[in-house]
Amino acid sequence: MRFGVVRFPGSCDVVDAVRAAGRVGEAEELWHADADLHDVDAVIVPGGFSYGDYLRVGAIARFAPVMAEVERFARHGGLVLGICNGFQVLCEAGMLSGALLPNTSLRFVCRQVELEVVNPRTPWTNACEPGERLSIPAKHTTGRFWAPDPVLDELEANGQVVLRYAPGHNFNGSARDIAGVSNAAGNVLGLMPHPEHAVDPLTGSADGLKLLLSAARVPAA
Amino acid sequence: MRHRELGLSDAEYELIVEKLGREPNGVELAVFSLMWSEHCGYKHSRRLLRTLPTEGPRMILGPGENAGAVAVGERLACAFKVESHNHPSAVEPFQGAATGVGGILRDVFAIGARPVAILDSLRFGEVADSPRSRYLLEHAVAGIGHYGNSIGVATVGGEIYFEGPYEQNCLVNAMCVGLIDRDKLIRSAAAGVGNVLVLFGARTGRDGIGGASVLASAELGEGDAAKRPSVQIGDPFEEKKLLECSLELLDRELLVALQDLGAAGLTSSSSEMAAKGDVGVDIDVRRVPLREAHMEPFEVMISESQERMLCVVAPERLDAVLAVCAKWEVNATAIGEVTATRRLRVFDGDELVGDLPVTALVAECPAYDLEPQPPATPLYPAPPARLNGAAGAGDTLLELVASANLASRRWAFEQYDWLVGSRTVRRPEQADAAVLVLEDEDGTAIALSIDGNGRRVAADPYRGAVEAVLECSANLACVGAEPLGLTNCLNFGNPEKPHIAWQLTRAVAGLGDACRALGVPVVGGNVSLYNEGGEGPIYPTPVVGMVGELPDAERSGALGFAREGDAVAVVAAASWAPSPAASELAKLRGEPIEGPLPIAELGELRALHAAVRRGVRSGALRSAHDVAEGGLAVALAECCIAGGLGARVDLSGLEPFAEGPGAFVVSAPPESLAAFGAVARIIGEVGGDALEIAGEEPVSVHHLARAHADGLPALLG
Repeated sequence: MRFGVVRFPGSCDVVDAVRAAGRVGEAEELWHADADLHDVDAVIVPGGFSYGDYLRVGAIARFAPVMAEVERFARHGGLVLGICNGFQVLCEAGMLSGALLPNTSLRFVCRQVELEVVNPRTPWTNACEPGERLSIPAKHTTGRFWAPDPVLDELEANGQVVLRYAPGHNFNGSARDIAGVSNAAGNVLGLMPHPEHAVDPLTGSADGLKLLLSAARVPAA
Repeated sequence: MRHRELGLSDAEYELIVEKLGREPNGVELAVFSLMWSEHCGYKHSRRLLRTLPTEGPRMILGPGENAGAVAVGERLACAFKVESHNHPSAVEPFQGAATGVGGILRDVFAIGARPVAILDSLRFGEVADSPRSRYLLEHAVAGIGHYGNSIGVATVGGEIYFEGPYEQNCLVNAMCVGLIDRDKLIRSAAAGVGNVLVLFGARTGRDGIGGASVLASAELGEGDAAKRPSVQIGDPFEEKKLLECSLELLDRELLVALQDLGAAGLTSSSSEMAAKGDVGVDIDVRRVPLREAHMEPFEVMISESQERMLCVVAPERLDAVLAVCAKWEVNATAIGEVTATRRLRVFDGDELVGDLPVTALVAECPAYDLEPQPPATPLYPAPPARLNGAAGAGDTLLELVASANLASRRWAFEQYDWLVGSRTVRRPEQADAAVLVLEDEDGTAIALSIDGNGRRVAADPYRGAVEAVLECSANLACVGAEPLGLTNCLNFGNPEKPHIAWQLTRAVAGLGDACRALGVPVVGGNVSLYNEGGEGPIYPTPVVGMVGELPDAERSGALGFAREGDAVAVVAAASWAPSPAASELAKLRGEPIEGPLPIAELGELRALHAAVRRGVRSGALRSAHDVAEGGLAVALAECCIAGGLGARVDLSGLEPFAEGPGAFVVSAPPESLAAFGAVARIIGEVGGDALEIAGEEPVSVHHLARAHADGLPALLG
């Protein structure tokens, strides 16, 4: 399994994501200005502050040349993981439903949180058990997941709510404790917490590795 | 008398005329006023700083470069430096603190190192009484987070103290730590006549004009709001691009030299590069990309616009350099060249508008001897009393752990990304020092600590400064790290006043003695003088940042009690003699700020720190925590809170709240403590859900944790 990790100007977690993915497969960087995914098997849109998060988080990055290729790749069933700013970019690009709003505290918060796996049947969660708890850090100012109620109902009904904050861990005020959502097909997942920073017990937890391991188990298309 | 408005004395002006052989024009005077300011020229501190030890077995880069560096692991250098941004933060805390972080990051990547950690040391007035201090705290913390988080460098540690004398003049000191392969360090000396000077990064604007002289080298006072235009505005996105671009330029070996633009902008960066290379430089201000039209040549030369770097490039590599900058969407412009003249010549197109001898600018700024005189009467009023002297030990302990100086800093550090880079093995409040594991170095890790207790330095400048060094070394010992090098930021009042000169002289003597005794060299630092408001000087505040190394990240120490039934011991020097002088309890009781502080037997403490370090490294100790502010009882409470476990202890013969260097609280299986011999005194054991001090009411860990966690948010309202 070869992972490609997109680098925009202002991306912060590219190297971490490359190293994390490198633990379960091969990984390389994809440059924002190149409309070329180098034939990778999965794409990670990582965290950071793409284009300084100017205008609105993720709003500029979605127009980067590489993103047209990521959208095309996803339409054909390619695996795409958006982490934090990457999640925001995928929402801006319309690849995922909903939007990320400022935390209710209006502050940046960096904290280890507990997540519950709601849907272990997606390509990004198939190595997890239903209801399994994952300890993964989150760090953001703009991570309050929001969508109109009918959309939330639909996401829940379709199994697109993949990860929730465990009781007491929804610090940002996300609707229905939603931490991660997928598209209808399940191949595109976005989440605010950072699995790429949770790949080694030495630095706090290795639970994030399960998402990458899940993808690595999916047969290449 | 224009030179006086620019902060130069009549005698200094006459010296400038003598060096030039004529009257300086406006551009030249502006340049001299900045280069000969305290901030750039260190004219009141240079002679003292020379007394600090700068030799050590791991030393790679000492004072004088953008940042110092020590060898870590098999092949890496760890670059680090602490710097102040006090006056800008007092005027505009968000941008002041943000650009303080931005500036220290540039110092570190200017020598080619990738920044991996930020620590910060903050001082404000009494947060309980002062809306201004709450405002400054909130915005300074937000500014640090904004910059560090956005650029993707982990903020892994720091400290915050609240004391009345910082009410008008807060302190914002930021330390950056970076890593680089030892053989790839780059110097800042310009070399090669005919080589091109390339300015890259943000455009140059009128922001920060004269910041170094106007803000950093004069006391704060009325009308500071009008100085806001002198505070620079930070753009971490621009800096992120600049960082990646600079490191790629260095990685591809396209540069001869690199220097960041900090205080005094183009003026200091170009003249310092020229001085170090023993060459001259010509700069054409008309080629500098501007943010606003019609800037005067002197404004271009002294602008402190952020996120800019200056490099020296061989002509045949210019196109390659510009291409890398274009890839990162960073502006880059050739603005001049290296000459053999040893002069900084400023051109406005074809017109020569300034012609200055480089040596005079950089090396011949007058150095003044201080005239130290101990104050005849106390300099600082006693703090307001907040605690009833009759309270029992349990209630006193709860008050202390909830007090502004000792309460949990979670409110602040949760606003910082302390994990980006995936190296953070010990995060804030997990251990006495931050621990970061190195890549591809077989488990070797670095440990970082920053400390400086101004109130204790005010009570006893020499011993207070010694304690700052000891505290950092003790913090490193608790995670199992050996100290390798130290950086300091000397935050003091106006050194032209004899009692401030006395504080400064005594404190630097203490720093030097402690460093020599511990064998830790000073790799560089920064001086921030004139920290005075209308109500007098700040507490003298030498802030010490220390870097250490430990061989096995898996065995990094932690401060929390770990297992029921472990023995709790005080590991202390025979000379440990804590006293109530200038302690947190004395402060809360409103007692005067008075010494003397307990004496520190430095040789014995060095051995004690080594013993604790060995105990942590070997795995013999399951927790280790330095006894510091609040004394032994607070240290025990912190071990309980961090571990979520109680303890039963007997403190007979020990003062629970007295302070003084030379003791640790450790926990371990009883048999593991035998190796320590007499220095380890077993005082009880880990267990239960309360801290039970014999003869006192037990205090539940839950209550302690709640008081500790809620203390700061409650004060902030």
